Amino acid sequence: MGPFLETLLGGLMTGMLYSLIALGFVLIFKASGVFNFAQGAMVLFAALAMARFSEWISRGIGVPAGGWAANLLAFAVAMAIMVAVAWLIEKLVLGKLVNQEGITLLMATLGIAYFLDGFGQTLFGSDIYKIDVGLPKDPLFLFENTFQGGVLVNKEELYAAAIAAALVALLALFFQKTTTGRALRAVADDHQAAQSIGIPLNRIWVIVWSVAGFVALVAGIIWGSKLGVQFSLSLVALKALPVVILGGLTSVPGAIIGGLIIGVGEKLSEIYIGPMLGGGIEIWFAYVMALFFLLVRPQGLFGEKIIDRV
Amino acid sequence: MKSKSLPLVAAIVAAALSATAPAAFAQAKEQFIPVLSYRTGAYAPNGVPFANGYVDYLKYVNAKGGLNGVRIIYEECDTSYQTDKGVECYERLKGKHGGASLVEPLSTGITFALTDKAPGDKIPIITTGYGRSDSADGNVFKWNFPLLGTYWSAADILVNYIGKKEGGLAKLKGKKLTLVYADHPYGKEPIPYLQEASKMHGFELQLLPVALPGIEQKSTWLQIRQSRPDYLFLWGWGVMNSTSLKEAVATGFPRDKMYGVWWSGAEPDVKDVGDGAKGYNALTLQHGAEPNAKITKDILATIHGKGQGTGPKEEVGSVLYTRGLLASMLATEGIKRAQERFGKGKVMTGEQVRWGLENLALDQKKIDALGFTGVMRPTSTSCADHRGDAWARIHTWDGAKWNFTSDWLQPDDSVIKPMVKASADKYAAEKKLTRRTPEDCQSAGGS
Amino acid sequence: MLYRENGQFKTGYAEDQQIFPIRQDRIVILVLVAVAFLAVPLLANEYLLRAILIPFLILSLAALGLNVLVGYCGQISLGTGAFMAVGAYAAYNLQVRIDGTPLLVSLLFGGFCATVAGVVFGIPSLRIKGLYLAVATLAAQFFFDWAFLRIKWFTNYAASGSVAVADLSAFGLPVVTPVQKYLFCLSIVALCALLVKNLVRGHVGREWMAIRDMDVAAAVIGIRPVYAKLSAFAVSSFIVGIAGAMWGFVYLGSWEPSAFSIDRSFQLLFMVIIGGLGSIMGSFFGAAFIVVLPIVLDRLLPALGAGVGLHVDTATVSHVVLMIYGSLIVFFLIVEPHGLARLWSMGKEKLRLWPFPH
Repeated sequence: MGPFLETLLGGLMTGMLYSLIALGFVLIFKASGVFNFAQGAMVLFAALAMARFSEWISRGIGVPAGGWAANLLAFAVAMAIMVAVAWLIEKLVLGKLVNQEGITLLMATLGIAYFLDGFGQTLFGSDIYKIDVGLPKDPLFLFENTFQGGVLVNKEELYAAAIAAALVALLALFFQKTTTGRALRAVADDHQAAQSIGIPLNRIWVIVWSVAGFVALVAGIIWGSKLGVQFSLSLVALKALPVVILGGLTSVPGAIIGGLIIGVGEKLSEIYIGPMLGGGIEIWFAYVMALFFLLVRPQGLFGEKIIDRV
Repeated sequence: MKSKSLPLVAAIVAAALSATAPAAFAQAKEQFIPVLSYRTGAYAPNGVPFANGYVDYLKYVNAKGGLNGVRIIYEECDTSYQTDKGVECYERLKGKHGGASLVEPLSTGITFALTDKAPGDKIPIITTGYGRSDSADGNVFKWNFPLLGTYWSAADILVNYIGKKEGGLAKLKGKKLTLVYADHPYGKEPIPYLQEASKMHGFELQLLPVALPGIEQKSTWLQIRQSRPDYLFLWGWGVMNSTSLKEAVATGFPRDKMYGVWWSGAEPDVKDVGDGAKGYNALTLQHGAEPNAKITKDILATIHGKGQGTGPKEEVGSVLYTRGLLASMLATEGIKRAQERFGKGKVMTGEQVRWGLENLALDQKKIDALGFTGVMRPTSTSCADHRGDAWARIHTWDGAKWNFTSDWLQPDDSVIKPMVKASADKYAAEKKLTRRTPEDCQSAGGS
Repeated sequence: MLYRENGQFKTGYAEDQQIFPIRQDRIVILVLVAVAFLAVPLLANEYLLRAILIPFLILSLAALGLNVLVGYCGQISLGTGAFMAVGAYAAYNLQVRIDGTPLLVSLLFGGFCATVAGVVFGIPSLRIKGLYLAVATLAAQFFFDWAFLRIKWFTNYAASGSVAVADLSAFGLPVVTPVQKYLFCLSIVALCALLVKNLVRGHVGREWMAIRDMDVAAAVIGIRPVYAKLSAFAVSSFIVGIAGAMWGFVYLGSWEPSAFSIDRSFQLLFMVIIGGLGSIMGSFFGAAFIVVLPIVLDRLLPALGAGVGLHVDTATVSHVVLMIYGSLIVFFLIVEPHGLARLWSMGKEKLRLWPFPH
């Protein structure tokens, strides 16, 4: 029972981490109808910016690396960079590809992903960099009396899950209570209607991509703190894709719930079914699980129904 | 597309195609060594110091007068640790500057692909401490040279070491050993040996593959926590290594029970885990971190002192940098040995270099003269044995640096050699090759 | 002036239904085929054949297969790499287990197994559409990635997981030197292109295009989506499987599962989009662009750098290649979202009017 609980908890927390990345996908798809394959590259770019600036700032000003000052300043700088990236993407790519088919936009974001990968590594380097925001690394063992060895809880992931939940709450507040949030929801609902009442689409898209950039930065910090910041960070996005399609491309709660389901499913399958099949099954198991959910609900659990008019 | 930009595009394409035209004729006294490296991608943190060491040593040899007067030219090509890019780099570079004299793929996957091509192109493949373990059998693998050690010798040394720790190999009976390995030819190489050893000594072997690049290891380590092995061998590369250590910290697995192979025991793997990796042991491919070796100091003075270093100064003397130096040294020594037979001061062909690599005789005097005292032990190759002596040590991370925690260890060839022969025979049967005859071993210039 | 149909009257159905009804088109194609079969083997050097033309041919075949699925039938698939892998491993297993199997039989068997895999993983397309389907096909990609790594039977119990083939021969002729390999690939690609062109011009192709344009309307007028979609998956996977087998046998010689990873799938999708969706020529254009671009950039950048006096190291070159690759893709999509094939047909239209402007 103990190991099962451990696996379950581990899966739930990994799922929250995937949701962090999935949120970026969902935000952009909701507001601009673009499936942003560059989200992984954005996570990497943001994390690289944060890691390197933290280092450079601490060296430049003389504050200790990993301290409050360095991290806060680095966060601010990284956020500014992500806003700049969002603005550039809107100006150079999205603005020119208005009204193209979904697959063209998808490919354009793939192109952006390659560009960001190369650009990030040119600017910031391709070594493994450290992000130290004070997340604890040692494990926590609960219920040591009930279960032999206790139930392992990863403190870092617990914090990360809390941060993810806080982020979702923040985004929910943003969308519901602020004018910009309302404008974003209007655009997500119907582009033409939103334009007709005077909402500037271009500016909204910059805002959305910036918010997605912010989410990418937070995800980058958490994943970077866990894994170290280097190139393979962008591959984590591939693990978040099943979350996105399972939850529905247009639903923020879907991203969370999808994340939890995929996280738990992945870990349970790897530990209980994996040894029978030789191990390493969690990557495709997540996708196959999402596939089966989609067969029942083709737009994901909470996604909008696609209505075809003939 | 605007018609105005068309001439510009055409001009650029024309320039590009002319740049792809065959290189200009090489000067007479130049030996070409292609450098297959990876400075980008998920394995860059480990590939960069090796490549820097390799290239720095080539510059050093040139600075000291070249190979008896013959200058070395080298050209780097980025493989990103991918087999198809590696093959493309090989194809592009093999004919340049008068022909490549040897190739060091730095990837077991690329080695497998090139093993089939190299005999036809007559270019020897040096695989220092990686590649096919069965290529130590020179009678079948005429063109492969797994110098300094193979994965079977590594696994053997590790098993014997933990056996010694337990008080004798017999005491391993009933113990649990887990292999966390990269799901790639590199990671799978030690499995046949470990399965053999587990049968011989009676320990339980658990195999846990990690899909590359290896950033997702949570389930692996939850499984390890549940199975509670006595020892854990780590056969990872790139970011997989530091992720394993981080997960070990996160699940509370004692790092001193972990033993990494020599590609999992370098600074990039432990640096950002820092204190968390304290007590982690790794095998060394003869050398460890060598900041005090004579060659390190020489290179700092001769190359970095003149501002010609390929990488940062701080990297010189680190584990992977020194390995690059060693690999480069073996390559140049092979060429020099060939020159001893086929003409000192002449440019060597691939076949001649192959003979040189097959007749290496690096004794202590030569090693001292080259500045590698204490970095490696004497080794010599022969027709039947392309691996040479496979000494190794164990070093342990103390939170800030690597310290040697064992003597010089040797593998038990009585166990390994029959396995190598059986596997080589299987390869020969598959490829319809015959074992080399003694006459072929003696012949000059080799065919 | 040159490209006019004046004087070319069709006097029979056969003439009317030709693939190239205009005589000038026929002449150009004949010249192209002659150059490809005769001139190139004589004039091209080994590097050009080995490293550029052979991968170009094989990848254009795979892009052709993918174009059938994405361009003609409108089902986005990101699992092409997996179907190439199925083709390659199936062909390998037949070749290795049954001694003396002819190469062509192995390739066809590879295509056939890929077809089965394609149909199985195409079944979700009956229920899932659009981007959801795209991500769902990634399930195929990752599943086969894992299967060929883990299930040892597929790799003939090779300890390392790497497999190799050697000494290929077709119809008694060896396929070993670059020239022989090139001619072999060229023949197969030409044959498959002809096959697909005729499929696409016929009844099945029209069904696919109807499903692509408006699948509900197509169902209403009597086109069965099951038949159309699954046949698209089947034909596409067959061709992609043959391409995969050729990639492993003829180009690589020795491969491991990572040769058919998700990067390959993305690369093929790029080829199809940049070349032009729904166009046979487009697959070739796209493949040429994507195959040649990195090589050109790899050579050009150090040369440019040397011209300016900078020593550009390989890491920078790789990063800049990645950046230029990404930007060029975005550039092409902005400038011509319908791909190079559209540029080609625009060019032909202009040629019809030449020398008059309109």
